[in-house]
Amino acid sequence: MIEIVSATRCIECDICVKVCPTNVFDATEGGVPVIARQDDCQTCFLCEIYCPTDALYVAEFAEGPTGISEAEVEERHLFGGYARALGWKRGKAGGSEFDPTHRIRVAQ
Amino acid sequence: MPKFQRSSSDSLHLQADVLVLGGGPSAAWAAVAAAESGAKVVLADKGYLGTSGATAPSNTGTWCVPPGDNRHAVVERRWQRTGELADPRWMLRCVDTAYRNLLKLSEWGYPFPSEDDGRLYIANLRGPDYMRFMRRRVLMAGVTVLDHHPALELLSDGDAIVGAAGAARQAGHDWRVDARAVVLATGGCAFRERILGGTGLTGDGYLMAAEAGASLSGMEFTGKYTLAPYGSSLNKGLPFRWASFHREDGSPILGPTGEPLRNGIGVREEEVARALIEGPVYARLDQAEPTLQGWLRQGQPNCFVPYDRAGIDPFTELFRITLRAEGTVRGTGGIDIVSDDCATGVPGLYVAGDAASREIMTGAVSGGGAVNSSWALASGWWAGKGASVHAKRRGGKAFRSTVRPLGQAGLRPAASPRDDIGASEVIDAVRNEVTPLDGNFFRSGVGLEKSRERLESVWREVRDHLRGEGPDRVRAREAASIAAAGRWSVAAALRRTESRGMHRRTDLPGKSPALAHRLVITGVDQFRIAGAPERLAELAS
Repeated sequence: MIEIVSATRCIECDICVKVCPTNVFDATEGGVPVIARQDDCQTCFLCEIYCPTDALYVAEFAEGPTGISEAEVEERHLFGGYARALGWKRGKAGGSEFDPTHRIRVAQ
Repeated sequence: MPKFQRSSSDSLHLQADVLVLGGGPSAAWAAVAAAESGAKVVLADKGYLGTSGATAPSNTGTWCVPPGDNRHAVVERRWQRTGELADPRWMLRCVDTAYRNLLKLSEWGYPFPSEDDGRLYIANLRGPDYMRFMRRRVLMAGVTVLDHHPALELLSDGDAIVGAAGAARQAGHDWRVDARAVVLATGGCAFRERILGGTGLTGDGYLMAAEAGASLSGMEFTGKYTLAPYGSSLNKGLPFRWASFHREDGSPILGPTGEPLRNGIGVREEEVARALIEGPVYARLDQAEPTLQGWLRQGQPNCFVPYDRAGIDPFTELFRITLRAEGTVRGTGGIDIVSDDCATGVPGLYVAGDAASREIMTGAVSGGGAVNSSWALASGWWAGKGASVHAKRRGGKAFRSTVRPLGQAGLRPAASPRDDIGASEVIDAVRNEVTPLDGNFFRSGVGLEKSRERLESVWREVRDHLRGEGPDRVRAREAASIAAAGRWSVAAALRRTESRGMHRRTDLPGKSPALAHRLVITGVDQFRIAGAPERLAELAS
């Protein structure tokens, strides 16, 4: 589930507050958004790809927080990993035209 | 644009021809279809149109059958797999409308991939891209979109449904939309399983529709589970098509022929389910060749997020897996459709997507991603058109009478509200009955009867005492919807005294010819279950 809003990366655009389908974040006055309802996170990773600065990190475990640190996420280059795999950049969609899923279906 | 009136600073009141509730693909298609017919449309979603629902976080195939002589044969072959409960006429019209809407997507410029010969491959939709694209189309069509506006209840004027009311959960005020017709596109019920889209998919539309007098069907078909890395949300089976499966001691899990299982999807899920009831199960995607590995990584990137973040190479290392319950999302139950325009039988109320029963499309088996995705493309379209036709017919009559809100359980308890009954405790109690593999994947009359009794007692507490205040009203209603859906599901499963498709009765293996028909549920607190013959008699009387 969502675990990190990086204050060093975040530009306080509050897009995550708007796009999170389960209303996990709260905007704050003059600061970065806070994770206000972590247990409602459905671990869909969509906030990450809408984030224009790759400031969010959703850990893979959906049942509760893992306690991973921002330093580890940074060091392992995990910020923005899902967006890069899709071909989304700076919160903008892209890459679906290169989706090879039709080849997988033939193999199936 | 709809008329904007703020009757006071703390509430929002709009008027529209068509109100669409929901924010997934069927809601988007319903909104576009209604707007294209000239209707003023408001779309109100619990979350955000573009990320809500089960599609946006996924990469889904569609059931894409081009026109031509072959189409009847394809539908016939698929029908053979539906446990005799699907309706070939609906299947044919669904593939027809879905195909046309896929072509529309391509005309509108959705970035489909190309095949080797340069033709666009339109039979697959990448969730995040697709739903972001649909949001833009909905806004371009002039629809007023209300994100983070969960609906709490429908409104009736005694003759017809004339709108809905809810809570604007971020703005902190109430909302009400008076509408000449309402489309429920609120999705299925995932019973709060932690799957993609699962938090919001609480079956709200089922309870709202049933309170208005609509029926449900296929609620017993909630036995669909999908493999996922243990503890993750990734209920996507496709990579497990190329996996081997092992117990804690390393021994391989065998398929029905005695050979080690090398494909964990479809009917093979049963072997994995049996092993998981006995103990932990591990998998490795070692049946995928290197080229396929690349395609899987690039084509299904979300499936690899859990491995990459946990530091596992799933092609060479064993990792623990689980089967995630999917309720009616990949199950087939939902609101019963009574006519081609996706009407529910309640004047002014239409239904689309997973909120609707997909029994007519896929019977007793799961429609998986593909059939459900085409169903959303088609049923959203029909419901949007149907609702706009109804709105035109109603004209000025719609907003004249006194309006009555229909919400009961979780909103207006039958007795005095009690603080010791909370939404999350209710949801946990229901989950105990409808998600365990040894009670719901494999079912028995004795087990179902015990579940029925426990769910009756949960339901009585919900009905009489559950209520939330302020933003907690949404949570209370979600819990009430989950309790209602669980109760209907178990009651229908008890009534279906046979095994068929994903309804697996260990005490009654095999299909019973006398039960080759759908079970239709009507009513909330007191409900009745009618088989097809009773239902026909009811409709005729």
